[in-house]
Amino acid sequence: MDLATFLIQCLNSLQYGLLLFLVASGLTLIFGIMGVINLAHGSFYMIGAYMAHALAPPVAATFGGGFFAVLAVGTVLAVVLGYVLEWAFFSFLYGREHLQQVLMTYGLILVFEELRSLLLGDDVHGVQAPPSLAGSLPLGELMTYPVYRLFISGVCVALALGMYFVFTRTRIGMMIRAGSANREMVQSLGIDIQFLYRVVFAAGVAIAVFAGMVAAPVSSVYPGMGNSVLIVCFVVVVIGGIGSIRGALLAALLIGAVDTFGKVLLPQAAGVLVYVLMALILLWKPDGLFKAG
Amino acid sequence: MHRSRFLFPVLAFGALALYPLAGGGFGIDLVTKIMVYAIFALSLELLAGTTGLVSFGHAAFFGIGAYAAVMLSPQSGPASALWLAPACMLAAAGYALAVGALSLRTKGVYFIMVTLAFAQMAYYVVHDTPFGGGTDGIYLTLKPTLAGLDLDQALLLYGFTLGCLMLVFALLALLLRSTFGRALAGIRVNEQRMRATGFSTYPYKLAAFVLSGAIAGLAGFLFAVKDGFVNPEMMGWHLSGAVLIMIILGGLGHLEGALIGAFAFALLQELFKSEAVFGAFAKHWQLGLGLAIIACVALLPRGLIGVPELLRERLVGRRNGARAAAEVQHELA
Repeated sequence: MDLATFLIQCLNSLQYGLLLFLVASGLTLIFGIMGVINLAHGSFYMIGAYMAHALAPPVAATFGGGFFAVLAVGTVLAVVLGYVLEWAFFSFLYGREHLQQVLMTYGLILVFEELRSLLLGDDVHGVQAPPSLAGSLPLGELMTYPVYRLFISGVCVALALGMYFVFTRTRIGMMIRAGSANREMVQSLGIDIQFLYRVVFAAGVAIAVFAGMVAAPVSSVYPGMGNSVLIVCFVVVVIGGIGSIRGALLAALLIGAVDTFGKVLLPQAAGVLVYVLMALILLWKPDGLFKAG
Repeated sequence: MHRSRFLFPVLAFGALALYPLAGGGFGIDLVTKIMVYAIFALSLELLAGTTGLVSFGHAAFFGIGAYAAVMLSPQSGPASALWLAPACMLAAAGYALAVGALSLRTKGVYFIMVTLAFAQMAYYVVHDTPFGGGTDGIYLTLKPTLAGLDLDQALLLYGFTLGCLMLVFALLALLLRSTFGRALAGIRVNEQRMRATGFSTYPYKLAAFVLSGAIAGLAGFLFAVKDGFVNPEMMGWHLSGAVLIMIILGGLGHLEGALIGAFAFALLQELFKSEAVFGAFAKHWQLGLGLAIIACVALLPRGLIGVPELLRERLVGRRNGARAAAEVQHELA
């Protein structure tokens, strides 16, 4: 592997890792704060990708905007979707056994997958990157790199910093952290924990949907895409330590690197490498890299 | 209570034994498939329901049993099921020993994920390498024989599968009442306390894991013989999820629950797939299945096996409520 390929693969693994982190952060937030294992989280990513494809014509007709208008409209829809889902399904799952949560959210996967099939069909679609982000950028003298992939990485970093700021520096972040530590105590202080949960859930859904929309031009849009993402995100969450955002970030970057370089160097074993890594880390640290709490 | 414990298996297995008198070819094939799933579900019930170890990678043992059935069958002539089935169970148990020895170091959600990781490794070995025909899978051209009879005959396979199911059920029922079974139940309820009373819990958990893997391997063997074909999807996480759903749907913590769950899941699937009932909508059968699963969780927190108890509580509860209301009215008057 020459230097240029190596650097390009480094950037690719960074981009993939950051994207994984976005999806996994919602998963670990919802588990860490509400104690709910959400198998349907991958479906939100899938919904996002399909939104990027299906919303483009109506958004263009109504607002006249392009890709960024689709992102904005999709995010608003995702917040509404998350809010409604929390009210309709997930609010029943707090305090229930994990296996019941697994069962109900498995049911939701089937429902989302079939609704997608009914409404939008089973075809594979490509999504165009916006013209302003098309093309490649020269990096040094050795190589060029697609602008859109840099954009994904940038957006992910911005969102990660935003989340960090909300959690550590704002009042709502403080309430969320307190709520995850002791639900009753927070409630008795007069904070509406039900509303807080709804906000966290809606945010988790919106981030996953947003990640799906942003990733669509790179990954294309296909049935079952949510499930493959879900499993990898679970790996990320578990390696990082359940409930730990910091751990999820480190684990996502690690997995991004292993997967990307695995595909280049050992294409035969690419699929299995991520799981070998996971098994090794958990045998070394049975509670993940950063145990929360 | 004691009588009803025997009543259910006797009725269930009696009905299954009589079914071929009524069912046609399609029905016999379907029920054979469901019985294979029931064996598979029982294997996970031993681990998840009894011992409290939730494996999300049980399809690996199922798949290894199935692949072993094809790979170990000689090309020269049909194998005897009497040695092929134990060989398949041994293959699955061997992998279960390795996986269990390592993954039992972790707990809870971590255990769930490590078992998934090991199953995915097995999946990628058959999916990404030429071993076992790659993504295309391989055919079992020569089906094994049982005492000289060809297991290709649907009715014979039905009987053989039913026999295996009854054997597994009886074995597990006996096991759960033994000291070993009590120890497993103790580990589920409070492992810390078990250790404090002097039980070294690790060997018990590992033994349960290996036994569970072997039974899953038996189910895989039967599935390969029934279909005459294996492919990597038999090791995929969807199947691990489905079997977990079966035991939760039926009611965790009861062997009967695993049986009921396997039948309920497979029959729901068949119902929603039926074009006679749902017409063109049958193509989207997973929508109905998903909604049915969600409704079950919302309405039946203890699974299908908890339905009679739930009904009794509802009825008795309502009567008590009515009496209380009458008393209040009486006092007011």
